[in-house]
Amino acid sequence: MKTCLVVDDSRVIRKVARRILEDLGFEIAEASDGAEALAWCRAAMPDAVLLDWNMPVMSGIDFLKHLRAEVGGDRPRVVFCTVENDVAHINEALACGADEFIMKPFDGEIVASKFFQAGLT
Amino acid sequence: MKRDDAELVAHLCEARAGLKVDPDKIYLLESRLAPVARRDGFGSIEEMLVALRTRREERMIWAVVEAMTMGETSFFRDQAPFDHFRDVLLTQLAANSEGRPIRIWSAACGSGQEIYSLAMAVEEQRAQLGGVRVDLFASDLNERALEKAQSGLYTQFEVQRGLHVRRLVQHFEKVDEMWRLSPRIRQMVRWRRTNLVSDLSTLGRFDVIFCRYLLSSLVEPMRKRVIENLALLLEPNGVIYLGVGERLAEATPALRAVVGCDGLFRPDPAYRVAA
Repeated sequence: MKTCLVVDDSRVIRKVARRILEDLGFEIAEASDGAEALAWCRAAMPDAVLLDWNMPVMSGIDFLKHLRAEVGGDRPRVVFCTVENDVAHINEALACGADEFIMKPFDGEIVASKFFQAGLT
Repeated sequence: MKRDDAELVAHLCEARAGLKVDPDKIYLLESRLAPVARRDGFGSIEEMLVALRTRREERMIWAVVEAMTMGETSFFRDQAPFDHFRDVLLTQLAANSEGRPIRIWSAACGSGQEIYSLAMAVEEQRAQLGGVRVDLFASDLNERALEKAQSGLYTQFEVQRGLHVRRLVQHFEKVDEMWRLSPRIRQMVRWRRTNLVSDLSTLGRFDVIFCRYLLSSLVEPMRKRVIENLALLLEPNGVIYLGVGERLAEATPALRAVVGCDGLFRPDPAYRVAA
């Protein structure tokens, strides 16, 4: 079973995302900020990361930069999931190694489409 | 909405466009027709249909029929047919074009996602086409769908269905809460209102026709007629893409399924001679 780390400081968003991704066949782990997510990845690289942008302690984009510098950190497919929906943010995410980008608000159909585009399903 | 009103609408849809409309699906009928009634200044769907019965105005009849045509759509729907189109078919057609432009038609284009996906695919493959011109045509029965398609404006929800984010930032710009396709891609497409059950002979011949997930929305006799009409517009080496799993074309001798490509069909040469 593929694993997906859901990184968001909102418990509600994590819960919604978990439900959608479990339906897509993923095993879910959760982290509430970038630093916690990085600790998870250092212990065991997931197949996918669903990643919020604005979070306390460490932001999504800083997490992504750290992740891609880790040994094996190029492997997880990273899908941003954020309210930062302008072209500049999207381009920055892609330049830092994001594979896909979900603009909030999202639903199950969008997540399924984006995970397919990212080569995860 | 009353039963005889629903039956009137279903009857008009079938008579004018071969559309299969279930008069029992009152909710669907009401959700489609309420905006039409509002737009034309009627207090309710019932009032609009009373006026339609008495005046029998063509414009009003078509507004009702067209409102029932909108189907589901998304960019690069099912992905595989578009990959095949871009990576296999386009280069084949270009190699055999003998200087003639490649003509592509999205029949029943709805709000434009299909033809624009094809336009983006053409653009991405441009360097491999040896300068061969590609003409893209799109048609739909629904005038409002065509207007929306031509605007190239899509909601955040629409651009997140089927479209990779790299294509989004490459081809779209954000305009307030909407996303607008670049003029470069929009200008590749020519548009036209077309009823697929009527005479199509003025459209010319095509190398590629996309007519996906339309047939199942038509009444049985019209499916065969539409598919045979389309088959006659194909160049001898042309292809037609139906929806994945749409087996309907096998009911006609006009087309032969291409083995290994779900939904892809070629014209049967014997049928063309007979027709």
